[in-house]
This record gives sequence, C-alpha cells and structure tokens, in this order.
Amino acid sequence: MEMSGFSTVIPLAYLASAVLFILGIKRLSHPETAAGGNRLAAIGMLLAVIATLLDRAILDFTWIVAGLAVGGLVGVVMARTVKMTAMPEMVAVFNGFGGAASGLVAVGEYLREMQSAEVLAIDSGVSIMAGTLIGAVTFSGSMIAFGKLQGFVTGNAISNPLVKFSAGILLGFALVLAVYLVGFESNLVFYWSLIAAALILGVLFVIPIGGADMPVVVALLNSYSGLAAASAGFVLENNALIISGALVGASGLILTGIMCRAMNRSLANVLFSAFGTTAASAGRATDGDRVATPIEAEDSAMVLGYASQVIFVPGYGLAVAQAQHRVRELADLLTERGVSVRYCVHPVAGRMPGHMNVLLAEANVPYEQLCEPEDVNPDMENIDVAVVVGANDVVNPLARDDPSSPIGGMPIIETDRAKTCIVIKRSLSVGYAGIDNPLFYLRNNRMFFGDASDALARITEEVKQL
Amino acid sequence: MEGTLLIGLYVFVLAMFVGFELITKVPPTLHTPLMSGSNAISGISIVGALLVIGRAGDAHLMRWIGLAALILATINVVGGFLVTDRMLQMFKSKDAS
Repeated sequence: MEMSGFSTVIPLAYLASAVLFILGIKRLSHPETAAGGNRLAAIGMLLAVIATLLDRAILDFTWIVAGLAVGGLVGVVMARTVKMTAMPEMVAVFNGFGGAASGLVAVGEYLREMQSAEVLAIDSGVSIMAGTLIGAVTFSGSMIAFGKLQGFVTGNAISNPLVKFSAGILLGFALVLAVYLVGFESNLVFYWSLIAAALILGVLFVIPIGGADMPVVVALLNSYSGLAAASAGFVLENNALIISGALVGASGLILTGIMCRAMNRSLANVLFSAFGTTAASAGRATDGDRVATPIEAEDSAMVLGYASQVIFVPGYGLAVAQAQHRVRELADLLTERGVSVRYCVHPVAGRMPGHMNVLLAEANVPYEQLCEPEDVNPDMENIDVAVVVGANDVVNPLARDDPSSPIGGMPIIETDRAKTCIVIKRSLSVGYAGIDNPLFYLRNNRMFFGDASDALARITEEVKQL
Repeated sequence: MEGTLLIGLYVFVLAMFVGFELITKVPPTLHTPLMSGSNAISGISIVGALLVIGRAGDAHLMRWIGLAALILATINVVGGFLVTDRMLQMFKSKDAS
C-alpha cells in the first residue's frame, strides 16, 4: 500500500521537472537570467532522476551507480576541458549521445516486450520503431557532423546521385521492416537490420552537406535528439520525456528555420543540393582585369585610430585563428581613443547558431556591443571602417546585386557600403559558396593578407604608436 | 492502451507549442547556449535508461543496453548543463566590470 503512494508522487515529480525545464528555457531569453535558467533546468533533471529511482521496478542499484559515475565523470571532464572554439563539435557529440541513449531505450523496451508477446501491441510497436529509427539516425548523423567539424570527414559537399538514391532505398527498406515488425511478427534479425539501415541512413543524410551549412545540420540534429527523447517517452508512456523532447524538438526546429532564412535557402535546398561544389570554377575567370588593393598594419591603424565609427564583422576564420581575444584588445584600444565600436554578427557566421557570440563573450566583449545585420545596414554609409575578420560569403555584395548568383537573395552585412572596408584574410580565394567576392576589388576596400590573429596583433601595436 | 497514446500525443503537441513560444524569444546572442542547454534537457532519456536497467531482471543483453544508454545519457546531461553554465557565466561577467 505504501507503494501506491509512490506511484502518484513519481508522476507529480515528473510534472515538476517539466515545469522547471519550461521556466529554465524562459529565463534563457536574457543574458542576465540565462545562467539561472540553465540551473533551474538542471535541478529539474535531478528531480526527474531521483523520482525515477523511487520506481519500485528498480531493485538493483549497482549498475545504475556505475553508469551514473562513469557518465558523470566523462561529462564533467568534457565540459571543463572543451575549448570555446570547439563548441560546435561538442554540441554535435552530445546530440549524438542523446539520440543514441533514446534509441537504446527503445531497443531495451523491444527486447523486454519480445519476452512476453509474440506480436507487439500496435501503439507501443509504432513508438518503439519510431524511437529506434530517430535515435539511430540522430546518432550516426551527429557523429558524421562531428567528423566534418573536426576534419576527420571531408568538409566538402559530396554531390553524388548515388548517395541520394541509396538513401531513398534504405529509407524504404527501413520502413518496410518497421511495418513488418509491428504488423506481423517480432523478429530480432529484422530488428537489427532496421537499426543498421537507420545508422547508414544517418551517415548518408549528413555526408552530402558542406562545412558551412553545418549550422543548419547541427540545429536540425538538435531537434532530432529532442524528437528521439519524445519517442522514447511514447515507448515508456512517460510524459516527462514527451514534454522535454517536444521542447527540444521545437527549439531545434526554430533554430533550423532561422539559419535557413539567414541564407535565403529552403531546408530542402540545404539538405539535398550539395551546395558549394558546382560553382567553384566559375568565379576564377574574371580575376584578371581587377586589382585588389592591399593594406599594411600601419595604414590600417591610421584609418582605424582616427575613425569615429567602426564595426567588426567576425566569421569562421576568426574561430580558426582563435582571434577573439585579439579583436577585443584592438576594439578596447579604439574605444579608449573615443571610437565607437560594435560587432556585427551574421546569423550563419561560424559553424553553429550563435557560434561567434560565444567566442566574443569568451573574450569578454559586452553583449551590448553586439548587433545584427539589420541594425547596421540602414546606416552603413556612416560607418567609417568595417573590419571583416575571416568572413567572406556573408559580406558578398553579389547576394544583393545578382539574384542569379548561388547566394542571391541571402541577407548580408553590406560592408561594401561603408566608407572604408578592411578585409583580413589569407588570400583572395573564394569562400565556402565557391563564388568570387567582388567586395575585394572595390575602391573603398583594402585587403590585409594574413592570419587573423597575427594581423590584429600587428594593427593593435601600430594603434598604440599613434 | 489507446487512451495513453492519445494523451501522450496531446501532451507532445501542446509542449511543442510551448517550446515554439518560448524559443522565439531567445535572442541570437544566446543561440549556442540555448542549443547546448536544450540538448542537455533532451538527455531526459536518462530516465528511460534507468527504467530499462531496472526492468531488465536477468536479461543480460537488456541490462547492457540499459547501461550503455545510461552512460551516454548521463554524459549528455552532466556535460550539457556544465558546459552551458560555463558559457553563460561568460555572458554574464562583463556587466560587473
């Protein structure tokens, strides 16, 4: 009889943790309250775990303690040691782990139900198959995304019709297996085949997508990891999992939408068009008659030191060169001289949503100095100097001027309209989209060739001399 | 049984709407912490992992699967919340200076 008390307490505790998750996410809407929000969510998670441990089905705690200890230790070490520039990789890995955990929960339930029944009940059967599929796709897809971000797997878009074709076949195969397993008989060999097909499907889904489209992929996989948790919730008939999974699923979907809009491309185009492979040869031919004007540290310092309004436009190159602290040093020096400095961050700059903001935050840039393209573009004419650090496609005027260009219609930061634009870049090479950037050859543009970190340090030294 | 599935669907759909409402209010500056934080929340499958281990009884395979799920989910939860906290502290600290 005492036990029946627990069976009401447990769902109520789950409800409380769902409320804590919602309040936690609500507080994420402002930098000041966000850290508290994250802690609320963590408390919600702790509550859910404790409530689950009260479940009377759990008799033996040795395995549980071992699992919690190992996972907790690895989690702490990873969270403490990861570099901020490697956050996209970290999120990709965690997405994968979350997906795998949810998928394994579905597998475990399948094995359990097989012990007792010849054929699965239709509702739990559907949930188990969905959980298995989504979990496996999330896992292998995230691992490939991680590989691409890390450089183990080629970051190039691989456009091979065979990839799409085999993905289609595999998806069909997996669905047929799922229907058979739910509708006709439980069969372990078929079930393992379903898992294998889903794992390969996840690989094929991410492989064709190029490096700079990773913000979309990481956001989408984030959404999948939520949906995987929700389907595990359907499997276990557990509302805590369903609610949390739905929240995360929604979050990932919104971010995916924001990223796609920031590139003026549809999700289907991002996922299936193998962007950035075809146009690479087109841009080169026109280089001959145009000259990009180089600039050195001393002149850059002059222009910047006597400006009244400066914006910095960071891109993936900033992350690669770990130049976030250097930018801040230069910006601080300029601010001391009375220059008004802002950082303009394009939503798809970097390799995940908000990537640049985190790096700048790490370098202690006040978030009040961060702004978005639509804040800056209207009065770009009043900006004395726009410094582009390791960005390319997001400042390419072709996006605005040539609707037929592969990036046509993508909202950009219009640094070409600033009085002076300085682009810090290693060479004149094309950006990720594989197209030429006319900005480099404009009369108000100067190219500072070199590594971003080194270049910024040299400019900073020269500004000190002024 | 059908009732439970249906209620689950209600809960799922309504929670999605709550999620959409909440997340559209998160500014782009905080998108990375939002991702890693919500990712930690998706580690809620830790609950499922605990139940799988708990219900495994003598079934060895199930127990191992539960353990693998538990380890992965715990990494996701612990690592996710901690790294989000680390990031958010950086967003906060500037105001003091």
